[in-house]
Amino acid sequence: MTTQSDPPKQAFRLSQLIYDTRYRSLTIQTVAMILLAVGLFWLVNNTVQNLQALGKDFNFGFLGERAGYDINQRLVEYSSNSTHGRAALVGILNTLLVAFLGCILATVLGIIAGVLRLSNNWLVAKLMAVYVEGFRNVPLLLWIIAIFAVMTESMPQPREFRGETPTASMMLNDSVAVTNRGVYVPRIAFTNSLTGNEAVASRDGLTPVASGGIDWLLILVVLGASLFGIRAVRRWASAQQEATGIRPVTWYMQLGLLVVPTGIVLLILGATVVNPYLKGFNFTDGIHLRNSLIALWLALSLYTGAFIAEIVRGGILAINKGQTEASYALGLRPGRTMNLVILPQALRVIIPPLISQYLNLTKNSSLAIAVGYMDVRSTLGGITINQTGRELEGMLLLGGFYLVLSLAISTVMNIYNSSVKLKER
Amino acid sequence: MKKTLFLGALTVAGFASAASAATLDDVKARGNLNCGVTTGLTGFAAPDANGVWEGFDVGVCRAVAAAVFGDPTAVEFTPTTGQTRFTALASGEIDMLARNTTWTFSRDVDLKFEFTGINYYDGQGFMVPRGLGVSSAKDLDGATVCIQTGTTTELNLADFFRANNISYEPVPIETNAEAQQQYLAGACDVYTTDASGLAATRATFENPGDHVVLPEIISKEPLGPLVRHGDHEWGDIVRWSLNALIAAEELGVTSANIDELAKGTNNPEINRLLGTEGNLGEMLGLSADWALNAIKAGGNYGELFEKNIGENTPIGLARGLNAQWKDGGLLYSPPFR
Amino acid sequence: MSGTHAHTVAYVRETMLPEQDPPLTEAGAIKWMRENLFSGWLNNILTILSIFVIYSVLSHIVPWFYNSIWNAGSLSECREIRDATIGSDASSACFAVISDRWQQLLFGFYASEAYWRPVLALVLFLVAMGPILFESVPRKLLWYTAASPFILFWLLWGGSIWGPIAVAAGFAVGWGAFVGVSLFAGTLLAVIAAILVPILYWMFLAGPIAGGLHSIIPIGITFIESDDFGGFMLSFIIGISGIILSLPLGILLALGRQSDMFIINKVSVAFIEVIRGVPLIVWLFTASLLLNYFLPPGTNFDLMLRVIIMVTLFSAAYIAEVVRGGLAALPKGQYEAADALGLDYWKSMRLIVLPQALKISIPGIVNTFIGLFKDTTLVVFIGLLDPIGLSGAIRASTDWNGIYWELFVFIGLLFFVCCFSMGQYSIFLERKLRREHR
Repeated sequence: MTTQSDPPKQAFRLSQLIYDTRYRSLTIQTVAMILLAVGLFWLVNNTVQNLQALGKDFNFGFLGERAGYDINQRLVEYSSNSTHGRAALVGILNTLLVAFLGCILATVLGIIAGVLRLSNNWLVAKLMAVYVEGFRNVPLLLWIIAIFAVMTESMPQPREFRGETPTASMMLNDSVAVTNRGVYVPRIAFTNSLTGNEAVASRDGLTPVASGGIDWLLILVVLGASLFGIRAVRRWASAQQEATGIRPVTWYMQLGLLVVPTGIVLLILGATVVNPYLKGFNFTDGIHLRNSLIALWLALSLYTGAFIAEIVRGGILAINKGQTEASYALGLRPGRTMNLVILPQALRVIIPPLISQYLNLTKNSSLAIAVGYMDVRSTLGGITINQTGRELEGMLLLGGFYLVLSLAISTVMNIYNSSVKLKER
Repeated sequence: MKKTLFLGALTVAGFASAASAATLDDVKARGNLNCGVTTGLTGFAAPDANGVWEGFDVGVCRAVAAAVFGDPTAVEFTPTTGQTRFTALASGEIDMLARNTTWTFSRDVDLKFEFTGINYYDGQGFMVPRGLGVSSAKDLDGATVCIQTGTTTELNLADFFRANNISYEPVPIETNAEAQQQYLAGACDVYTTDASGLAATRATFENPGDHVVLPEIISKEPLGPLVRHGDHEWGDIVRWSLNALIAAEELGVTSANIDELAKGTNNPEINRLLGTEGNLGEMLGLSADWALNAIKAGGNYGELFEKNIGENTPIGLARGLNAQWKDGGLLYSPPFR
Repeated sequence: MSGTHAHTVAYVRETMLPEQDPPLTEAGAIKWMRENLFSGWLNNILTILSIFVIYSVLSHIVPWFYNSIWNAGSLSECREIRDATIGSDASSACFAVISDRWQQLLFGFYASEAYWRPVLALVLFLVAMGPILFESVPRKLLWYTAASPFILFWLLWGGSIWGPIAVAAGFAVGWGAFVGVSLFAGTLLAVIAAILVPILYWMFLAGPIAGGLHSIIPIGITFIESDDFGGFMLSFIIGISGIILSLPLGILLALGRQSDMFIINKVSVAFIEVIRGVPLIVWLFTASLLLNYFLPPGTNFDLMLRVIIMVTLFSAAYIAEVVRGGLAALPKGQYEAADALGLDYWKSMRLIVLPQALKISIPGIVNTFIGLFKDTTLVVFIGLLDPIGLSGAIRASTDWNGIYWELFVFIGLLFFVCCFSMGQYSIFLERKLRREHR
């Protein structure tokens, strides 16, 4: 009758830290930690010493100082008397604007080019192949410069619109002017604006108009409510279909919900379309889409679109041919096959690489420097750093902004990705 | 110890250098001068087909190199952009910056640089197409203005239009070449930069006569070479190399007659300048013929001017403010004594 | 037999009809066009649209190319020639700028009598890549591949041959220390020695040894400063050294990201995400404006090296993600089998996991390289003279002021040729891998 006894407990020995797998990872991590801390300390220490040697300090006070330079495209109020911080904000909004517009157009172009490259129309397929390969294999910077130059060279100057016999004319019933300084499109303004009309200069023969943020907010709220209503109608229709097998016709209800409430609000506010017109050197009024914005937007979209096209093509090719055949067998037409069978499945393959393309596009928008588009790198990371000599602080802020933006985009897109992912049981 | 880690591996390769307190010693040890210039500005600094840098600013670099080494080719030119120039100088990557940089209070005091003189008196001007019918910058209300970003020009521009209470639309452009292309295509009504730059740009147009430079000069732009703050010996060398070029013109010393004059003249100032009398070179820590070499490198100030940007070049700048004080200009070198 | 022949039915033909051509619409070009271009109303529209696009692009470009002038000394000369031969309103490319300055676009300010060095370096590099990229090349060449960084470095920058040799000898010293120490002490101590001894060697001995050897047997070629590097050579050097130096770091980061160890894992993830979350241009400005702040006061090394360091860190993060993909694609059985054989972590990685994972990753690595190569154009913003930077410098000379498209077309074409051929290689590789995995 021997009792089973534990093996004699060994005292902890120092060598176990290295040779015992239970402790080894701890040791390695501690060593790594120490090395990392020493390395960081070394860098920070060097920086402090260098700053001292240059007689500079480390503070972000420059953000509160007067900027002194002008920015052409500003989505919020800004003048040369505003602060550097404000200039950075203007830049941030400009970056977000071009990135947002770019992502949308790139997706559209990418899907069109990707699908068309698989088209059985030989000419179209080849043309798309040329587009995709041409844009993928030449640096983006070259494309940005080239597109910018093409736009300035080929569009008419504003002065060509002037005079007895203008060589250029406005398009679409004198509402859109395409010049080599950008495109001027009409804007919507309100005669009964909630913010009042006094602040706005009027042209001869026109009532003074204004458009304030509150007006647009109101319209957005109404539009949102309409969309909510439309969804409710659809849900009701689906419920009816499940119950009776017949889907009630609801398109007129949906259309009415979409148009009528918004239309009424617009009428009450007294919405008018204000066309741009030539005054002095330039067109005024209306919305000015500057050349730099358009060139950067087009270049980013065309470049990223070429990559997205390849992703889309790969995604479609990855779907088993049996799926197409099966849906033909069910009697679906090619268009519906694409929409209802192929694309939804391809989407799962497409979305993850698509996210990284969106991230690339956002980061590539920093090439705005090449066309003088005033994004955050040009304001905060460019002129501000240059005028104040605060490289360290400015670059830290700039890097931090891009990092946060990238992480935010990838988080949002990953949430979307997991919502469309194949639910495996 | 820390330093040796980097240097051990890197100096073997000739990549790294430790900047010591005395720039002159570093330069001498290295055997050449690191001079920061623009990435390319017609007449001031641009590489030719053989990769040899030429231009007015380049001439200053070569003069300093000649003063130190007796060899105007002992220069490594480091192209810098408006953004990188100050850091390159502050970090010791370059020993001096000769890149049409405006001498301002904050650059001198806050950014801790030392301007060693002025090699070109400039001012910001406007150029417009003749067809526009504009005769004064005050008529430019609502105009689209091309500016080169990263310079003092955009601050001047903002101040000028604000002071005159007129509006404008700035189009910031990264390089002169781009700005020129934008302006010619009519994407902006006005191009503004330093008057010298305007003249240089206009000179290369297919039809220069179609463009006018407006009479207003809206700022003072004293352009000059600069060095790091704190190393006064090195600052003195750059300052007096430039002064030697200016004084040489005033005293009538040219690259043609300099060898003759170096044998000794009746003018004691020329003798002191060229090192046949006194020991100015020794005071600077250089050889006695330092100024002789500096002037020989590309000629005196006037010769440099005429060769690179003067009226006989395509750029065709008049001397204007940059004439000697005797001729009504602002160039005035302190005496060599 | 003959009887049946005699009574053939009237409506059965006895002889074969001669072959006829298919109907006109079902043959040759017309059939092809009908099937491939005009098969439906949508396709008709698309075809017509495409033809219109192609025509409008070509109608601008073709005359411009056709009238191009290749021999002139300056832009104004070009214009004179154009006016004299084809009239002043004709559009005409002035490619004379390329024939005048092509050396600069390719080599920057590299001494012209030494052009053979970068060219030879490129050839040697391609040879060194052979054993990695193509399996049919003998494995022995891998030794040459390992030595090639030092050879290439020496060829490009020049100077005394003993410098690179002395640095390379550090690795031999490390190996020697490892073997020596492991004879009479544990492996762990040997590893520590193998890391410490070469570092000490590089810090204190490499310089003097190289100097000493050089003074005894001076072998060397002219030293060329990094300031003289430019053009496509610069793009190639930054791109290639960035990708090669980042490989080891990228692999370590990928392994770190897969590691169970909390701190290692988090540090790797943080590094990768921070690098990937910020645009390259911001990193380049960091290299140009800030890197000197992070180094000991007074240290200073040249911009090109700083850029290479930054680009290396940058691409390491991307390589890490590619390699991670390769690691994840490997069947779990491979890891388990390695464990079952009793291999320790590094052995299982070195002998089983990494060789397979890296092989899958090569197309991704090539694609990363293409991206990096294109992105090297961004160095123009920090004042390095890459092809785009040089085009600016060329336009600043009085001869070529005002020239625009010709330079960009040339640069774009060269980039296209390089990137496209690399892309084709990566596609070829992917196809091959897919076949082998079946």
